[in-house]
Amino acid sequence: MFEKVWEAHVVSEIKGGPSVLYIDKHLIHEVTSPQAFAGLEKRGIGLFRVKNTLATADHNVPTKHQDQPIKELLSRQQVDKLTENCKKFGVTLYGLGHPYQGIVHVIGPELGVTLPGMTIVCGDSHTSTHGAFGSIAFGIGTSEVEQVMATQCLMQSKPKTMKIEINGTLGKGVVSKDIILYIISKISAAGGTGYFVEFAGSAIKSLSMEARMTICNMSIEMGARGGMIAPDETTFAYIKGRQFAPKEAKFEEAVAYWKTLYTDADAKFDKTYNFDAADIEPMITYGTNPGMGIKVSAAIPSESDIEDSNKAGFHKALEYMDFKAGAKLIGKQVNYVFIGSCTNSRIEDLRLVAKFLKGKKKADNINAYLIPGSKQVEQQAIAEGIDKIFAEAGFELREPGCSACLGMNEDKIPKGEYCVSTSNRNFEGRQGPGARTLLASPLTAAAVAVSGKIVDVRDFNLN
Amino acid sequence: MDKFTTIQSKIVPLDMEDVDTDQIIPARFLKATTRTGFGENLFRDWRYNEDNSPKADFILNNPAYKEGKILVAAKNFGCGSSREHAAWAIHDYGFKVVISSFFADIFKNNALNNGLLPVQVSQQFLNTIFEKEKANKSNFQLKVDLVNQKVEIVGENLSESFEINDYKKTCMINGYDDIDYLLNMKDKIEAYEKTSKYLNIVG
Repeated sequence: MFEKVWEAHVVSEIKGGPSVLYIDKHLIHEVTSPQAFAGLEKRGIGLFRVKNTLATADHNVPTKHQDQPIKELLSRQQVDKLTENCKKFGVTLYGLGHPYQGIVHVIGPELGVTLPGMTIVCGDSHTSTHGAFGSIAFGIGTSEVEQVMATQCLMQSKPKTMKIEINGTLGKGVVSKDIILYIISKISAAGGTGYFVEFAGSAIKSLSMEARMTICNMSIEMGARGGMIAPDETTFAYIKGRQFAPKEAKFEEAVAYWKTLYTDADAKFDKTYNFDAADIEPMITYGTNPGMGIKVSAAIPSESDIEDSNKAGFHKALEYMDFKAGAKLIGKQVNYVFIGSCTNSRIEDLRLVAKFLKGKKKADNINAYLIPGSKQVEQQAIAEGIDKIFAEAGFELREPGCSACLGMNEDKIPKGEYCVSTSNRNFEGRQGPGARTLLASPLTAAAVAVSGKIVDVRDFNLN
Repeated sequence: MDKFTTIQSKIVPLDMEDVDTDQIIPARFLKATTRTGFGENLFRDWRYNEDNSPKADFILNNPAYKEGKILVAAKNFGCGSSREHAAWAIHDYGFKVVISSFFADIFKNNALNNGLLPVQVSQQFLNTIFEKEKANKSNFQLKVDLVNQKVEIVGENLSESFEINDYKKTCMINGYDDIDYLLNMKDKIEAYEKTSKYLNIVG
């Protein structure tokens, strides 16, 4: 599948160098675009294919009072700069206040912009999310953003390919976030570097589109260039009828093409892994990279489990997190829970959390952030009445944005505090200087919120 | 982009694995709309206390390493976010080369696009660099020769060759950037668009 989509987008090959790859859709946001727009201005050119470009504001935005000017000056200036640039260059912008505004990797799929067989890039590493549709989607730097703006093409060396197959049935309390945290814990935060990954197998096939997006979203967390899942009936049903998806005869024509994108039975991969879904349990991270994950019921590895070359990093991580080697996490008090981010802020995530929270209340010590991924997700939650379940449980459904995932806007976790987070990175200081992040699924995060401490969600009645 | 051919310099050893781009430049410093000035916040939270006083034990605050133009780090350097600000910060601080036993993919591209040369060496050679530097701090220097694709420990008979594709090598040596190249092939891009299956269906 990767080869088919890649080959269909090669404009030209450079001898002894990268390929010139055509980009079907370019998503932009306020943080990684201003220098690229400035570069175009300096060259005196515009966007080569402006209609293939879509912008939103997400990283810097507050998640309360979005109708008011952004308080923080530099954030406001960056968001204003995006508005100004989009106006000047004619780029469609779903900015603050627009009914389609949201996290760039949430709005692309929900608007039907993301389609199988495309190439999609964005100046954000979590662009891998869109691979859930069978597209080649990856994050790029700002010089590359400028390349795509100027020429709709990108110089890229072809990555190696990896297949990760997960077969079998998922156990109680296990969701797609646990699958990807499990995989990264097995192959490490660098295990996918240099590769494009295809996720396959019956456990992946059984997932909804939104669950698949969570998996592809975090393929960058094992270092992979991107992740892909072959499009199937689940994919086509998700796309059908969305705002910008092809309609009627065009849709049928598109589906016929998308069906040709499957991976041939004799396709060769540079590397293959196989996992059994039955081995996966609710997961949590204890350290400072996403590969440092364990089953929530298990203990942190002990000194002897760690290879010599990894010992320094292991010690540094435990010191930062104030955890002990060999200790269990269950029962550890946590004062912050963050449910949101491009990994887990879609309507299914909110429904899952609401179903769990119904009739329960968050613990008194918990400060909870509950952030929908987009304006459309927020409105859907309100239409379904699940905002009331959140309110009764002591949660406030805030406004869409990247929020406390990256410590760039007003939402930050204080120094030294633990936060069980549905986001994608537990790096030092990621959620704010000195903040300590434990990555987990939305279901586990909800269970922690009602308990005030780390718990195994399977100890609750989940029916 | 700066031209690069060869450099001989002291190094700044950062013997840490998985150095992510949030450490290189935390997100709260990504709010500028220009490419300059990021060097002062390079490794911000490892380099400064909360009150902005320098942390004495961090290597960039050690006067002995002030002259180093070559940053040497352990494996998986530059993982995490795609922020090009990480490459800008390292370059803006004054580094010309980063050496590691392997780099995260996006960081590597970002570095190459900014005249900052990422040099991938074997784990064994990396260990040798760290050991020799420890033993011979004040005199230790590396020479990185892009033309001959060779990194050498100066004064010792120790060197290793490194890989870079011919296209990127030419760009680095001449200070060319990819956009100049791509802008010259617009006719080819337009011809491609006419034949694209995807564009024909959903255009």
